[in-house]
Amino acid sequence: MSLLATQALHITIGSTTVCSDLEITINSGERWCVLGRNGTGKTTLLHTLAGLRPADAGDITLNDQPLSRLARKLVAQHLGLLFQDHADAFPATVLETVLTGRHPWLGPLQWESSQDLAIARNTLHAVNMCDMEDRMVNTLSGGERRRVGIACLLAQQTPLLLLDEPTNHLDIHHQISMLNLLQEHGTQNDKALLLVMHDLNLAVRYCNRFLLLFGDGKTLQGTAEAVLTQANLERLYQHPLLAVPGPQGMVWLPR
Amino acid sequence: MRTTVLFSTLLLLTVASLLFSLASGSVAVSWQELLAIFTHVDSGNGLAEQVVMELRWPRAAAAFTTGALLALAGGLMQVLLRNPLADPYVLGVSGGAATGALLAMLAGLGSLWLHSAAFSGALLSMLLVFGLSHGSGSWTTSRLLLTGIVIAAGWGAAIGLLLALSPEQGLRGMLFWLMGDLSNTPFPSGSLPVLLVGLLAAVAIGRALNILAHGERTAGALGINVRALRRFIYLLASLLTATAVTLAGSIGFIGLIVPHMLRLLGLRDHRLLLPAAVLLGGSLLVVADTLARTLLAPRQLPVGILTALIGVPVFLMLLHHSRNLYGEER
Repeated sequence: MSLLATQALHITIGSTTVCSDLEITINSGERWCVLGRNGTGKTTLLHTLAGLRPADAGDITLNDQPLSRLARKLVAQHLGLLFQDHADAFPATVLETVLTGRHPWLGPLQWESSQDLAIARNTLHAVNMCDMEDRMVNTLSGGERRRVGIACLLAQQTPLLLLDEPTNHLDIHHQISMLNLLQEHGTQNDKALLLVMHDLNLAVRYCNRFLLLFGDGKTLQGTAEAVLTQANLERLYQHPLLAVPGPQGMVWLPR
Repeated sequence: MRTTVLFSTLLLLTVASLLFSLASGSVAVSWQELLAIFTHVDSGNGLAEQVVMELRWPRAAAAFTTGALLALAGGLMQVLLRNPLADPYVLGVSGGAATGALLAMLAGLGSLWLHSAAFSGALLSMLLVFGLSHGSGSWTTSRLLLTGIVIAAGWGAAIGLLLALSPEQGLRGMLFWLMGDLSNTPFPSGSLPVLLVGLLAAVAIGRALNILAHGERTAGALGINVRALRRFIYLLASLLTATAVTLAGSIGFIGLIVPHMLRLLGLRDHRLLLPAAVLLGGSLLVVADTLARTLLAPRQLPVGILTALIGVPVFLMLLHHSRNLYGEER
């Protein structure tokens, strides 16, 4: 059974066609990466797959059920989304922010239990932020705030995780440790991940399925061997690339 | 633990403010007499009993209810607009109520008509903003805020016009109403249930409010039906405000600062913050109203002046001492 699938999905934003007739099936254990130039609609695609905006045409199914007919709360139990950025208008501590990830699992009048608290603390530990649980999120650095966002997503405990540029604001060390964490988390718990990334080489290193958005509605999908060819990537980024053999396969450099 | 201390303090403050209000005024009433009156023992002071039960108690209850309604509405409005500067009046509810009330005064109608006119004006404004801010597109925060501010400005012009047209002997009453006035207010038998139901509804959606404070997108991704929730908050906050304004005119400041004082004190969970706002807003207005009728006795001041006089320094002091909450950006 597929976690998430689309049939003849058509999405436009303004005058840009993000995809037309997109058929994609995401299964547990897969780590997808969406690649494309700025403004080709990667974020829009993610938000559409999460049911936060309607598609122009086509169907999206979550566990073989139409996404648009599912209750929002049920959707949030199956699918979590990390936004590209965070907007904090009101003061909140790190722990309080991570606890919001437990919302879909609680009844209307239920308070967060000690178990929810334990889950939140575990995910904070996983992103290496456990000594900061009482800090106010608006006093954190960009990278720390990003890790809190990832902890919140992990606390949501969904089988499918959509992440919009998860390595935004992160230094090299934390980029690798977050991607390692997500990879481990995905493999151990049989989760499915869909990441939007701009670093081609990190994408190759951590993902096993790729979706290329060309910005004119055309898309390509498949494994690295099948779709990440020099011709496809140069067409995708409209920039000449150089493939250099690295320790773990090809490394792509912009010319 | 901290929460228990805070709520105990707030409950004590509420009781103290009510006692202060009942004991203060031109007829001196001692604590013993107050106790006797409330335990239905013959106090031996018929005048005191009459003053307390027929004048001060209804007025103190009305002041508490009004302050509580405003603080609750303010807390809700701040989450709805995701703006710490929002107060219950920002979307024009009080302007509509004031226009209704002034029209009734100009027509020389009685107090029952005045209340109905004020409540109708508030409801009209609420529905007007609700309908217009929908338009054809989505119901965004900035669209709602702009529609509300423009409608409020329109009411402002209408109020100015009514004041200009009004005969001079009516002006004083109108100005008092505009600044918020609790004299001649009966026991709030209609508004108190509104407050209780409103508080229960607000606490019931409290966790969702906490999430919405993190942003609409985040709330949507965490399984909240943002559209329905925001409509509910809007209607709830507007109804609470309309009830408060009908009771006592436009008393400023309580709805803006009370939720913020509590946030500055470290209360962030709306399931606790909103009940705390009810207690603090209520007792603050009871104290302010008591001062308004005793400071320059026998002359009575509009209570709105007192709320600002107390609120401004207290709020500035709190803000000064907790810079790390609002001042520090990353």
